[in-house]
Amino acid sequence: MARVVGSRLARPDGPGKVAGTTRYVADLHFAGEWVGGTVRANVARGLLEAIERDAAFDFTRVVVVGPQDVPGANVIEMLTLDQPALASREIEHFGEPLLLVAAPDEATLQAALAALRPRITPLEPVFDPRASTKVFKEIRIEKGDVESALAGATRTFEGEYESASQEQLYIEPQGVIALPPDENGVVTVHGSLQCPYYVQKTLVRALGLPAEKVRVVQEATGGGFGGKEDYPSILATHAALLARKAGRPVRMIYDRHEDLAFTPKRHPSRVRIRSGVDGEGRLLALDIDVLFDGGAYTTLSPVVLSRGCIHAAGPYRCEHVRIHGRAVATNHVPYGAFRGFGAPQTCFAIERHMDHIAAELGLHPFELRRRNALRLGDRTATGQLLKESVGAQAVLERIAQRTHIDTHPWRAPKTTRKRRGLGMSFFFHGAGFTGAGETMLHARIALELDAEGRALVRSASTEFGQGTETLFKAIAAEALGCEPDDVLVAQPDTHAVPNSGPTVASRTCMIVGGVLARAGRELAARIGGNGPFRERARAFVRSGGDSRVEATYQTPAGLEWDDKAYRGDAYPAYGWAADVAEVEVDLDTFDVRVVRFWSAVDCGTAIQPQLVVGQFEGGSLQAVGFAQLEVVTTRDGRFQQDRMATCIIPTALDAPDFTTDLVEVPFSGGPFGAKGVGEMPMDGGAPAVLAAIEDALGLHVTRIPATPEHLLELWLAAHPEERL
Amino acid sequence: MKLQFTLNGERLELDVEPLRRLLDVVRDDLALTGTKEGCGEGECGACSVLVDGVVVNSCLVPASQVDGCEVVTIEGAGFERVRQCFLEQGAAQCGICTPGMIVMTRAWAERCRREGREPGLDDARTALAGNLCRCTGYGAILRAALDAAKERP
Ligand code: FES
Ligand code: FES
Repeated sequence: MARVVGSRLARPDGPGKVAGTTRYVADLHFAGEWVGGTVRANVARGLLEAIERDAAFDFTRVVVVGPQDVPGANVIEMLTLDQPALASREIEHFGEPLLLVAAPDEATLQAALAALRPRITPLEPVFDPRASTKVFKEIRIEKGDVESALAGATRTFEGEYESASQEQLYIEPQGVIALPPDENGVVTVHGSLQCPYYVQKTLVRALGLPAEKVRVVQEATGGGFGGKEDYPSILATHAALLARKAGRPVRMIYDRHEDLAFTPKRHPSRVRIRSGVDGEGRLLALDIDVLFDGGAYTTLSPVVLSRGCIHAAGPYRCEHVRIHGRAVATNHVPYGAFRGFGAPQTCFAIERHMDHIAAELGLHPFELRRRNALRLGDRTATGQLLKESVGAQAVLERIAQRTHIDTHPWRAPKTTRKRRGLGMSFFFHGAGFTGAGETMLHARIALELDAEGRALVRSASTEFGQGTETLFKAIAAEALGCEPDDVLVAQPDTHAVPNSGPTVASRTCMIVGGVLARAGRELAARIGGNGPFRERARAFVRSGGDSRVEATYQTPAGLEWDDKAYRGDAYPAYGWAADVAEVEVDLDTFDVRVVRFWSAVDCGTAIQPQLVVGQFEGGSLQAVGFAQLEVVTTRDGRFQQDRMATCIIPTALDAPDFTTDLVEVPFSGGPFGAKGVGEMPMDGGAPAVLAAIEDALGLHVTRIPATPEHLLELWLAAHPEERL
Repeated sequence: MKLQFTLNGERLELDVEPLRRLLDVVRDDLALTGTKEGCGEGECGACSVLVDGVVVNSCLVPASQVDGCEVVTIEGAGFERVRQCFLEQGAAQCGICTPGMIVMTRAWAERCRREGREPGLDDARTALAGNLCRCTGYGAILRAALDAAKERP
């Protein structure tokens, strides 16, 4: 029987955080450190002619790094090699880094930056993704015969859905400190980051050093949400280049403006859906076209598009599906990873489309979803056979019990000036990397005993608020049969932990946790015996037993993926969830207040239920913001919300009361039956809020954010008599 | 200027630029890094400290303004109960907003007690509205704040 799984452990990172003693990167100082800054392009597209130096400034006081100072390749290695560490000629986006400066103090740095003036010949930029001629990635998913199925359908529908970008807005801005090579030639970077080994890979290429000469250490990280998946590779490269040339530590801690203006955000999207249903509202065909604005460089766009496309048909059974996706280049600041990774955009589209079908058919949105929900034994859009752990019906039942959404008279006429509305969404989210990703990545962890008989978990999986440390303590303690306090979790440091992969893609619990559970069982078997763990473990270490287990990810039998045809088992398992939002819309201001919010969630066994609830409440509020409050716009390729005062996120006053119910449908391939949960809450919030707005106002809104201005415009179009 | 003030119960005298931000005095000059900088423009509340019992955004306060004042940061005394409530509710996720949240919660809880007001959820939301958290959705924070504001049994 489980002892630790399902319990509520105190977070090991809690005491330091509430006392203010936890050290984040900005809290660290190294002897002799200088501060670093960036000279950036001031146009969205152009040719760099020269960078003029103001003769009044004494440049001997600072260190300047240009493209010629990059000892390895002048590229940021992510999925491809198209992004330079420092642009030397072609400028592809506003704010593109051109030169780096290190100075003894902030005032000198600012003076130096002001004295370096790029001269750029502007070229015509491309901002509209529909006009782009450069495709980063194209995906086609085909199942059945969509055209014949549409032709034979009782009713067909069409819709177009748009979502704007969204800023992660972790409260701790991006930051790193790079140290110059030590006596062994090792370059070290300390930073706020999600993926130490991604950063290491980029540094290896740019610095032209072998991996063992590059050390990346994750410090306490004040939020990430995907925003610290890719960008730290760039920032670390810049800081390391400066530290190398200056021969001293260089800190680069972005202020909020620099972070908002130049780091990646969620991909803006446009999704078109054509669908056909039979007389009972069963989906016969789905034809979905997905377009993402990737921004200036490839970064992570191909994999964001991939996840977006695979989730585009929603958690619905449908025999005939075509999904065509493209992520294209524009001259926007590159878009990147943000919780949900493409799925929130396509989930928004399919969920709005389901509400559209429901309204047209006069069928209740809940009933439409119940009829079409995937079941055990069904196949997804990629043809994946769902063999187990399908919580679809269970979460629908639970959300209906909790909220009575199934009998709520959706879109019933209302007359008050303040209107309440209730709306739902239904969604799933694959855990782990897509397709063969985990097999290729081969996540590794180590578990070892110290002389005290304590177990130390070594992995590159980072804590940035989700509760990774707590989770690993619980999994290791359960597998080893010890107390949670007997387990320590090592700081992610590429010189001290094996590569368990990046902390992304809802993979930490199911994938890395799975490897850890296996390592724990193996170590427990080696130690053997009965009685208190610490004593047995100490005795085992003293007797010279092999007290270190290294374990690697093993692909579960029967998983198959064809990356060319985009067919097969896209993910080992899916989490399933349904949300209901209640809103109040003021017809005088068109302000939307989300009052209450319910979720029913199947993420398999909840290793630590309070962490799951924390992920759902936090993620759902981000999704509520995405729906109607958070605005990101660009002009001439610049983000217009480049200060905290203008880049609005929900406050405590904007947060609804949350109720999160866990419906656990265990997965045999996950540790103790667990799947993943991190990204999932981001998928359902926006469509649920929009459905609630539709209930309140009778308006079918297909664009987010649904700002008051946008709602007013739609309202007046529907009620011309109210025009002044 | 010569700045005299009390920090966390200790009387200090420092030589500082009058316009230097209180945040920098605390974090850089005095190495008390529990107070965080999230925006530097008074929008996020991560830099909250108490000045004569009132919460201020230390990123907006010039050092000269606290001359003769009593300043309390998260490293000071009197936060034990609020900290405990935050721990129990799991209200610190990434933790970067936490010191500011705890400072604000303490001020609000004390005000409720002083004014003999029954602490309520809406009241807590208003009190904490100037402190941004991107991780928690505020649920656990509000629960912790209510716990903290309730009189000890
Ligand atoms: S840092 Fe002072 S309010 Fe944000
Ligand atoms: S806990 Fe991360 S911002 Fe509040």
